[in-house]
Amino acid sequence: MPTNTVKGHTFEVNDEGFFINRDQWSEELAVELAALIDVELDEAHWAPIRFMRQDSARTGVTPTLRRLQTVGGFDVKELYRLYPGKPVKKMAWLAGLPKPVGCV
Amino acid sequence: MTEIPAGFTMPDFGPRVAAPTTTGTTDSQFVPTVPPPGPRKMAFICSKGNLDMAYPALIMGNAALGEGCEVHIFFTFWGLDIINKKLNHKLQFTLTGNTAMHMPQLGRLRPGLEYRSMPQQLGGLPGMTAFATRMMKQQMADLEIPDVPAFLDLLAAAGAHFYACKLTFDMMKMIEADLHDATVGVISAADFIEISEGAQIVFI
Repeated sequence: MPTNTVKGHTFEVNDEGFFINRDQWSEELAVELAALIDVELDEAHWAPIRFMRQDSARTGVTPTLRRLQTVGGFDVKELYRLYPGKPVKKMAWLAGLPKPVGCV
Repeated sequence: MTEIPAGFTMPDFGPRVAAPTTTGTTDSQFVPTVPPPGPRKMAFICSKGNLDMAYPALIMGNAALGEGCEVHIFFTFWGLDIINKKLNHKLQFTLTGNTAMHMPQLGRLRPGLEYRSMPQQLGGLPGMTAFATRMMKQQMADLEIPDVPAFLDLLAAAGAHFYACKLTFDMMKMIEADLHDATVGVISAADFIEISEGAQIVFI
């Protein structure tokens, strides 16, 4: 399995680049990763990431966008604005979680 | 733009939008030789109004939006019911004509029975369509898949474009007020062909 290093943080990822071990994540690391996808994390960006970490700690799986909407109460349109392109994948990566597998 | 460190394995998030580079030259005449690739584009044509035929475009369209694709959905013929607010909460599923209909629950009665397709005559019994519809809705809800109206709202929020087929619209004597609020317009087939230029088209 590949190991990534950025600004002194080291973490293991799968072949696609998603985290294998959520404990190798930290908020400082998330800030560094966000810079790689041209996102500057402000409070609005942090809220869904924190929710994803809490939710996945409970359920064991990365929440889908639909779950962010129904359980987390986030606005889908806003999430697409905050993380344009591939919102849920970007958020899962920034939260140190595996790729979401749910279809909806 | 922060450089990606050497040897870094990173998920594919699509092309990064390059920040404007200020390299000192003030040459405003610079013309890029290769136009930046736009997002991948997908167009779905929904032509069926059965409940089970509404879901494929909704699920794939949602997945495409989540992957950064531009999504256009054209609702035509029976498929127009999907964006009709008076009808889309009561789309139905029928056993009739569906030879792939088998019930996993029957395996508990006798092993192997879950792979046997239901007799076609059963679909014609009164109340069977309502029963089958209820069952399918329950199965969808168990998987946390939204019902059709909520699914359309989800797609709209994610930026999907909906279009109603003008011919069907006129034929069914529909009114625009009945269409889902995110419907861009009632358009002709030729309009759709124009809109879907460069798109990968999926007919359902």
